[in-house]
Amino acid sequence: MSRPSVLIPVAPGTNRNDELAVAFEAAGARAAQVPLEALRTGETALTDHQMLALPGGFSYGDALGAGRLLGLDLTGWFHDQLHQGLEAEMPIIGICNGFQALVHAGLLPGSDLPASLTDNDHGRFECRWVWLQPASKRSVWTAELTEPLWCPVAHGEGRFLVDDPEPLVEGDQIAFRYGDPDGQQAHGVYPLNPNGSIDDIAGVTDATGLVLGMMPHPEDHVFGRQSPHRRRVNGNRCLPLFEAGVRAVSG
Amino acid sequence: VTAATIGRRFFVYGEVGQAQLYELVSRVLHNEVIERWNFNQLAPGFTDDTATAPLTEHVDIASLDHDGLTELSSTRRLGLTADEMEAIQKWFNSNGRHPTDAELETLAQTWSEHCSHKTFRATIDTPDGVVDGLLKTFLRGATDAIAAPWVESAFVDNAGIVRFDETHDLALKAETHNHPSALEPFGGANTGVGGVVRDILGVSAKPIAITDILCFGPDDVNSRSLPPGVLHPRRIRSGVIAGIADYGNKIGVPNIAGAIFHDASYTTTPLVFAGCIGLLPRGSNPTEPQVGDYVIVLGGKVGRDGVGGATFSSQTMSNITAEVAGSSVQIGDPVVEKGLIDVVVAARDLGLYNAITDCGAGGLSSAVGEMADELGARVDLAAVPLKYAGLAPWEVWLSEAQERMVVACTDPEPLLALAGRWEVEAHVIGHFTGDGRLTVVDGGETIVDLDTDFLHNGRPPLRLAAGMLDTTRPPRTDPGRLPEGVTANEALLALLAHPSIRSNEAVIRGYDHEVLGGTVVRPYGGAALDGPADGTAIIPPGSAPLEQEQSVLEQSEGHSKARAAVVGIGASILVGRHDPEAMAWAAIDEAVRNAVVAGADPRQLSLLDNFAWGNPHRPEALAGLVAACRGCHDAAIAHGAPFVSGKDSLFNEFVYEHGSPDPVTPTLIITAVGIAEDVSLIPSTGVVADGNDIWLIGPAPGHLGASYLDEVTGGDRGGEVQPPDPGAVPRHGQLHRAISSGLVQSAHDLSEGGLAVAAAECAFAGRLGMTLSVASTHGPAELFGEGAGRYLVEVGPDDADAFAELVPSATRVGWVTDDDRLRIGVEIDVSLDEIGEAYVGHHYQPAPANLIARAATPDGIPADAPEEPDSATEPQVESGGDENGDDR
Repeated sequence: MSRPSVLIPVAPGTNRNDELAVAFEAAGARAAQVPLEALRTGETALTDHQMLALPGGFSYGDALGAGRLLGLDLTGWFHDQLHQGLEAEMPIIGICNGFQALVHAGLLPGSDLPASLTDNDHGRFECRWVWLQPASKRSVWTAELTEPLWCPVAHGEGRFLVDDPEPLVEGDQIAFRYGDPDGQQAHGVYPLNPNGSIDDIAGVTDATGLVLGMMPHPEDHVFGRQSPHRRRVNGNRCLPLFEAGVRAVSG
Repeated sequence: VTAATIGRRFFVYGEVGQAQLYELVSRVLHNEVIERWNFNQLAPGFTDDTATAPLTEHVDIASLDHDGLTELSSTRRLGLTADEMEAIQKWFNSNGRHPTDAELETLAQTWSEHCSHKTFRATIDTPDGVVDGLLKTFLRGATDAIAAPWVESAFVDNAGIVRFDETHDLALKAETHNHPSALEPFGGANTGVGGVVRDILGVSAKPIAITDILCFGPDDVNSRSLPPGVLHPRRIRSGVIAGIADYGNKIGVPNIAGAIFHDASYTTTPLVFAGCIGLLPRGSNPTEPQVGDYVIVLGGKVGRDGVGGATFSSQTMSNITAEVAGSSVQIGDPVVEKGLIDVVVAARDLGLYNAITDCGAGGLSSAVGEMADELGARVDLAAVPLKYAGLAPWEVWLSEAQERMVVACTDPEPLLALAGRWEVEAHVIGHFTGDGRLTVVDGGETIVDLDTDFLHNGRPPLRLAAGMLDTTRPPRTDPGRLPEGVTANEALLALLAHPSIRSNEAVIRGYDHEVLGGTVVRPYGGAALDGPADGTAIIPPGSAPLEQEQSVLEQSEGHSKARAAVVGIGASILVGRHDPEAMAWAAIDEAVRNAVVAGADPRQLSLLDNFAWGNPHRPEALAGLVAACRGCHDAAIAHGAPFVSGKDSLFNEFVYEHGSPDPVTPTLIITAVGIAEDVSLIPSTGVVADGNDIWLIGPAPGHLGASYLDEVTGGDRGGEVQPPDPGAVPRHGQLHRAISSGLVQSAHDLSEGGLAVAAAECAFAGRLGMTLSVASTHGPAELFGEGAGRYLVEVGPDDADAFAELVPSATRVGWVTDDDRLRIGVEIDVSLDEIGEAYVGHHYQPAPANLIARAATPDGIPADAPEEPDSATEPQVESGGDENGDDR
């Protein structure tokens, strides 16, 4: 069948849209990078596409908090399109700033589960490679992942907090936990858990498992040559994550 | 709500006197250049939208004499000499009218050191004869002599352009942003990054990488010893680093390479160098505006910030500079510049403009002035979008912003629509006339009417005199021995902890070096990703077709044969204090070494120069500058590496209240950019596998004059500084041949601290031991001496013969061990944790075993441990063959 199309909206200050598009194209999709203004004026609509991917960056300069204004867009003028997509069981992924926007918009982890992404424990922006343990067995994004993923984080406000992670565990909504190369959880130990997220949570899904948000950047480790190691043991690329999403809409 | 503002409130606890409170505010909490403060309550500082703009002023200069002209230049901070003022006076007299304030400012900006590089173009009388322009004779002179086929454009536009592959070019630029960073570290460094990114955009290239080199005073300076107006080095350091991180991270361009140096002379004059690399399809940078083309301004609105940046940065600083020059520091807005990148790249690909340039120093005056150079242009300021009311016409015309470009378009409509799609401001403000005049009107009033030939060619040439340079050095006291009571182990650990050598990983991790997904060699790598890399490499996003990437996916975990752009940076500030010419050779050699270790072919390197110097009107400062430029010329030709762009920052002197100048240490930063054909062959950072051999390329003893060993063991003990060494040049090519043949598993250059520091970094980065022996006894020259063209290289034992044949200047000096100790002869024996504690600092923690990556075989499975050599045995020093005549 033809390659499914993933819509990648680009807000002012969004900046990881190019490599996100490359990651989806490598996984077999077509990527449409569209500025928000072109979405607002109806140049294209979410329903013209099969998937939605919200990239990382500093949308609107992170004024009023990371992802907050983009979150307002999602609940404002983009609301109807977004809910049409959700009703059509469209896979949606938000990475870093996109995750922050989905949380602010109340889509993650869910309207009845308030959560926040706040300043890293150590209070600084930090760029470093982390190991991710896939957890959720019901999300289309993670159910088939068998190996840990290895990719960089690059954020200052990535500490995921909820009052009680238990409902997320019970709902199988934890997509990824920070861990180590052997598949062990980080148990809050820095730098394995780079930001102090509760229960080492690096990514969550909504109740359906279709909407995934995560702080780390799998789009930056799709190809082997992106690994920091050349003559050392290598692997744990993140392409399977994008392939899982594409497979879900390829029938 | 019609307006909102933000402020910060500090609560101070404890017994604090009024005097202490004032000191706390002025030294720590508040920067008077950009902030206001008060006890308890502070009235919000809203801009006044009803403010009326001051009228254009006509300045009577016709009757002024020499002193009067000098005084006018000084009171208006024009930064022009009496000769230049007289040329202006003469032109206006012959035109029978007075200049406007806008015209004086336009001329001052265009003729400033910052914009016209008048020192680098000046005729210089030296004791050895007349130099007809440093730029022409030495920098462009070397480029012309080399005539490299890969250089598409050098020294003509905002950035140099060199070939990357069959279809794409790289745009290269490195800038200085020292003066603003001294006053307002965050804003200065922030806009330093913005400015150099904008320079790359000014040649129609998409920015793909940022570099930064920073020079600060010592962390432990007593703040009470600082003169008024000087911020503490720690405050400058944290502000500058935060400013660079903020802009680079938000604009989404990876910061991939840099360095931080600490020296007492940088206390009053900190230095900030920011570089950028861009990618553009070959031939896609149009540079010819046409008569009738519209002048379009793209990007941020105009405010009062950044007015007079070029004239300000071309003058020395004093304790009053902070008060009068505050408005010269701009306020950065990386989100606007990110939008500009998207619009300019899309417009370029659609062929929507005929010329483009940036609103750098001098704002619209220099951008439109440059583009109108031959044609002439007419601009109406009423069409320029403003942040707030009340700006004088000359301020609108002169205000600099990082986030503003000017383009020439035959049909503006498609560009305006494209800008609207990306939510970027775009306004038609005038047109190119063909009448050879630069005309600016503000509503009905003409505020600038200048002949473009006078504007660009009317500046009287500068003639300067250089003094004698004495580079003789006293002989070394007690050669061959360390100072009394210092062991080689202690010296090594002290070197590793020196502020200019120690790990900057904590700083670098505050920069996003992964965004765009093209980074191949990071600033820190190795088994635990905390070892220092020499150079760095990036596959320019968009340069490799996806099909190529995907064909690679079919090989499990394989690497593509993708081509990367490589950056190496060199500096030699200690040598520069004594011998600027030798510094130039040393800096270029180091930049080349760093690039070669990161995979670059030394036969295709391009160089950027950044000079930070004192006042060139002092003959002794100028003598050093001439010598450094001569060194640049000779070394560039020896390496076959042309200069393609650069930036000089002069007048880096702080003038105390009593009038004595405190000049900066003459500083030359060299950035070398090259090509790695196949990223899979780039050597690893840190040693990879025990049992491998370690080879030393180049001679074992180095030079101890102006060395870091002396820095950490009580000061200068004399001796030769590392001299110009053309004989070292062939060694870079030999190493590259071995890398291209796949023989080199890891490599590291010998730089600050010599062999011992390099070996410690290799072992630490690889989390493996090393046992080395380079001589029968290891004195300070062997362990810590510094010099050109030296590397430590890790090669598999089976590849020894092939390596020795390709690299006749190499000597096998030891091997990698699976224990955790670095041993050099009997003189050095330290553990990896001791190295880590010195190099990383007190917060060092050993990495857990499962986070230390081990050697891979080609199919991605850890190699079986090879047989262990007996690490306690001294390895025999073996010659690798023909010494090539350059070993001593």
